[in-house]
Amino acid sequence: MASAANPDLDQKNLRVALIAMAVAAAMVALGFAAVPLYRIFCQVTGFAGTAQVATESDAAIAQRLASSAGAKPISIRFDANIAPGLPWEFAPEQNTDVVQVGSRDLAFFVARNNSDQPVTGAASFNVEPEQAAPYFNKIQCFCFTEQTLQPGEEVRMPVLFYVDPAALDDPNMEGVEQITLSYTFYRKPAGDS
Amino acid sequence: MATTADTFQAHDDAHHEHDADHKPGFFARWFMSTNHKDIGTLYLIFAIIAGVVGGTISGIMRWELAEPGIQVLNMVAPWLGADPAQIDQTLHLWNVFITAHGLIMVFFMVMPAMIGGFGNWFVPIMIGAPDMAFPRMNNVSFWLTVAGFFSLLFSMFVPGGIANGAGTGWTVYAPLSTSGSVGPAVDFAIFSLHLAGAGSILGATNFITTIFNMRAPGMTLHKMPLFVWSVLVTAFLLLLALPVLAAAITMLITDRNFGTTFFDPAGGGDPVLYQHLFWFFGHPEVYIMILPGFGMISQIVATFSRKPVFGYLGMAYAMVAIGVVGFIVWAHHMYTVGLDVNTKMYFTAATMVIAVPTGVKIFSWIATMWGGSIEFKSPMVWAMGFIFLFTVGGVTGVVLANGGIDDNLHDTYYVVAHFHYVLSMGAVFSLFAGFYYWFPKMSGRWHSELLAHIHFWVFFIGVNMVFFPMHFLGVQGMPRRYPDYAEAFSFWNEVSSIGYIITAVSVLIFFANLVYAFTVGKKAAANYWGPGATTLEWTLSSPPPFHQFETLPVIEDHHDYHDHLPREGDAKPVTA
Repeated sequence: MASAANPDLDQKNLRVALIAMAVAAAMVALGFAAVPLYRIFCQVTGFAGTAQVATESDAAIAQRLASSAGAKPISIRFDANIAPGLPWEFAPEQNTDVVQVGSRDLAFFVARNNSDQPVTGAASFNVEPEQAAPYFNKIQCFCFTEQTLQPGEEVRMPVLFYVDPAALDDPNMEGVEQITLSYTFYRKPAGDS
Repeated sequence: MATTADTFQAHDDAHHEHDADHKPGFFARWFMSTNHKDIGTLYLIFAIIAGVVGGTISGIMRWELAEPGIQVLNMVAPWLGADPAQIDQTLHLWNVFITAHGLIMVFFMVMPAMIGGFGNWFVPIMIGAPDMAFPRMNNVSFWLTVAGFFSLLFSMFVPGGIANGAGTGWTVYAPLSTSGSVGPAVDFAIFSLHLAGAGSILGATNFITTIFNMRAPGMTLHKMPLFVWSVLVTAFLLLLALPVLAAAITMLITDRNFGTTFFDPAGGGDPVLYQHLFWFFGHPEVYIMILPGFGMISQIVATFSRKPVFGYLGMAYAMVAIGVVGFIVWAHHMYTVGLDVNTKMYFTAATMVIAVPTGVKIFSWIATMWGGSIEFKSPMVWAMGFIFLFTVGGVTGVVLANGGIDDNLHDTYYVVAHFHYVLSMGAVFSLFAGFYYWFPKMSGRWHSELLAHIHFWVFFIGVNMVFFPMHFLGVQGMPRRYPDYAEAFSFWNEVSSIGYIITAVSVLIFFANLVYAFTVGKKAAANYWGPGATTLEWTLSSPPPFHQFETLPVIEDHHDYHDHLPREGDAKPVTA
């Protein structure tokens, strides 16, 4: 149309169209970038019940803070789930435990392969209520590390954690008397190692 | 094709009836079209066909819901290869229907009609351009949309898990759409979205380029008719939102077929992430569906009040504001996924903010009518119906915006009532308003105003009967997306289904009106609505010449469409 009549307009049109297509391409890229960004966002803010990962020194600081603040006891409930298709038994050694806020605690989960072949699973975890997630710190855990269990094999898996004393100052944490730590084991698809 | 401008001599638009009207042969004209008016017509025909398909599906759904129990799905199950004796297959069919209804109405009825149909027809004319910036790309957009439609229809006849068809809902949530639906149906449904999305992105690029670069001399951005503004904002929303959907559904495809785990917790993914991505597209999408309607309503209300629209700049920037804020409210569709209180508070507040620019628009339309010399021609009646019903849908929207209330109403028929008030009444009323406003312009023939009025009243009663009782059902707790319900809900469901019959009758009246227009309809003059109609399409014949504005109209400074109507002695738009 405009082509033969007005090469200037053609140039201008092409420019605008290319910019528009670049914007669309950038939005596709942003859509994919959302995957890692969302994970980081959850890890940083504890959004969607994402518990925090802490080091030994973090834990030591928390311990000191807690003892100076006058530690409160809080109940922790341990929850274990198996996704469909994983022929395991999976349960916490004890269902609940009362810990001092700020103190380290060690809990054990037991998994057993009931099938007659080796099976690989990986666990994901979650904390309820969600507002507790930023304060639930795990120093050591078996989340996302793959576990291969031989037929009939049983393992005890430790979780070392503490509740950050900063929780005591958060108004959203008022009335929270129990925090649930929930694990779900999934079967790793065969051939996907 | 001889479509280069230099083939034609410069001519006066009043005497266009010779070379400018030279049209290519049938196949070249309609299947290889590069003419924005022909492509607009194709889009409108396509949207009507898709609307009939989508409306028929909703008819089956309303028939099933007319009384408790499963009675109709058993009858239609064999059509799609489901075994009526298997209750699961019958129920799957229901999911297929709601999925197809939603996707067809959103992607293949409202969007093609609003943007592809009226946008293509009138944006170039209203800014005084001879055509779209990229006529051939325009054609590609259209045929991509058609291909998408066939991909979706095809998906209904291939295995999708329990039975044939994609039964995921229009939102295609994981994990139902990934591990929950084995078979190619969901892949075809997703592919359909890819095709329609690509077509829309190309279309958006085309509109943005056309509006930025091809306005006639003197047609500044702030002199553009509001319909052009609405399409411009819509095009930007499309450009920013659709690629995110494309990314999300591509991840679905790879999760389904190539072993990725974007949305699968077994591999560290998160199904809620899909919902975030989907609604980051999905919320702007609802504005994509309604903004061009806003634009049409502004033109129509001004025309039939014989007044320039009240608060032109406010109207234009209200649409910009709605578009911008529309991108930061998405999580109000997912209050029940387990958002914390602060997140809910933010999304509640942000959502309610949208009521402000929307209110600016509603009140400006009323202020335009205020003191106007109102003529109740059919487009005006449809426009006033739009304003009333869209406001009803807006009010229930403010109710649902509350995170706390939504915990109760989420996925109930209250939500169904809400979004059908803004879409199947808001968007569709504006489509019919635009249709009756421009039909004689597009076809050169008059529809029957009497039939258009009857169409309006029957449709008005019908759709209100269908959707108003859904508010009651929703508040009483009837969940959406089920073919059966408790006995207690039967009364209002029956009323709603009777409403469907009335609505269906009104659609027949619409088709009768089309037949009337093309058989005995009178020829339409250039400006058949009289002095209230001031935009450039009214300076052209009805129908406009195949190629308009070979010499560009010039919009002079004092010829301002928005501050006053042209008076005696005002210069008309002149040709350079």
